[in-house]
Amino acid sequence: MTDLPLLTVSVSPHLKSGQSVEKIMWTVVACLLPPLILSVFIFGLQTLIITLISVISCVAVEAISQKLLHRPVTIKDGSAVITGLLMAYIIPPGVPYWIPVLGAVMAIYVAKHLLGGIGFNIFNPALIGRAFLMASFPVAMTSAWLPPIRDGAIFKYMGSGIDAVSTATPLYLLKHYGSSALMEKFGSMSAIYGDFFIGWRPGCIGETSALLLLIGGLYLIYKKYITWHIPVAMIATVGFLTWVFGGERFFTGNPLLAVLSGGVFLGAFFMATDYVTSPSQGTAKLIFGAGVGALTVLIRLKGGYPEGVCYAILLMNPTVPALEGWFRPRRFAPQKGAQ
Amino acid sequence: MAKTAVQEFTKGLWAEIPPFRLVLGLCPILAVTKTVENGIGMGIATTFVLICSNILISLLRNVIPKKVRIACFIVVIATFVTVVELIMQAFAYPLFLKLGIFIPLIVVNCIVLGRAEAFAAKNGVVASLADGLGIGLGYTLSLTALAIVREVLGNGTFYDIPVFGPTFEPFSFMVQAPGAFVCLGLMLCIMNMLGKK
Repeated sequence: MTDLPLLTVSVSPHLKSGQSVEKIMWTVVACLLPPLILSVFIFGLQTLIITLISVISCVAVEAISQKLLHRPVTIKDGSAVITGLLMAYIIPPGVPYWIPVLGAVMAIYVAKHLLGGIGFNIFNPALIGRAFLMASFPVAMTSAWLPPIRDGAIFKYMGSGIDAVSTATPLYLLKHYGSSALMEKFGSMSAIYGDFFIGWRPGCIGETSALLLLIGGLYLIYKKYITWHIPVAMIATVGFLTWVFGGERFFTGNPLLAVLSGGVFLGAFFMATDYVTSPSQGTAKLIFGAGVGALTVLIRLKGGYPEGVCYAILLMNPTVPALEGWFRPRRFAPQKGAQ
Repeated sequence: MAKTAVQEFTKGLWAEIPPFRLVLGLCPILAVTKTVENGIGMGIATTFVLICSNILISLLRNVIPKKVRIACFIVVIATFVTVVELIMQAFAYPLFLKLGIFIPLIVVNCIVLGRAEAFAAKNGVVASLADGLGIGLGYTLSLTALAIVREVLGNGTFYDIPVFGPTFEPFSFMVQAPGAFVCLGLMLCIMNMLGKK
């Protein structure tokens, strides 16, 4: 026992919070599970299969990439699981099962590991996966929307011809036919708000339930894994800009509908807040979130796609180093040259 | 110059194959490799310009004043590009229409100017001919290789012949511009891996 040194010399930090990448990642996974369970009841059991395929392929691609690149295999840290979950959450519920496999290769191998692995990717891998799938298979990715199931028949869409039942998303209807077409399809505005808030609407697998995403996001904020800046700035900007520019005249848009449709909640709480691809300081976070919101509204109102959250976040990702540089935190030490 | 003409020729096929080793001439390789036919056509047109301009510049290398050499090279290259353009209009009009602006743009292809400046202006006619032929064929090979990957995956065809049957879902990412970048990057990566051993 006398060989043990009495004092250990180590570099800072000396106080540790007990957090680790694994702990944070698996908590995020847990927060993401409720929308998945709900989606089984909204769109049927095949959403679970698509999500499982996506997660398993992401983990497998992560392990293979790390072997190939002679890096330590870190599939246990859960980051590939999150990428797989998020990628499945932003693809339509009626896609063929091979689609998430190809997306996983692009997301994990090209967008994450070729750029240096976890902590070095410029873009959010799950969003790159979706953007790649959108560019590759525009027909499969834009015609596989399913109408929500009302009667609990969760096997309804399994293996049947998806084309026969595909529908239009609320944002597509709004963009091309206006809000009267939306009300015709989904009922009165108050019924729409209720259904959309809980998640009973056509959309991507995991993006529909604003309520469950909000609960998961608030838990992450409560645990201090993410801060309020980006989600609040993003959702507020989407609502405000839609209110100003979304209607036929200025200040007649419908901010509540804009915020509840598409992937705003999923993007705001779980994608724009990704540690690696978002700023780390308050002011920069607010500007980042507002930028994502503004680009989302711009794409929705003026762009070619009905929804723009995915591309808005991808476009803001490369601005992060500049934002971090412009909005440095004040230093505690006296300014240079001060006495 | 101890190297023989054969060595000058073969270096263009592997050791200095553009654009995988010399990362030059990226604009056409990204733009025209949607189909194998375009890739081969562009490669042959570039090879012709390379050989002819290399020979002529090598012949004129003692006459061209050093200070205005780039302008002189460009004039020589532009002459042969015009020749290619007219020949293609006469004998391969559909291909000419497909390649469009990229035929005139061979003038500013860095490989052609690069070989003129770095090789033909300093070496004899035979060596320059071999160099132009080697680099040109290497460029054609690269264009064809990239075009094969992109056409087979992106369109499900090879030289307009379907290869996967009717159930194949085309991978349209590959025939778009980002697909060209990603595909070229992955091929560069494979070349570097092979080159290490």
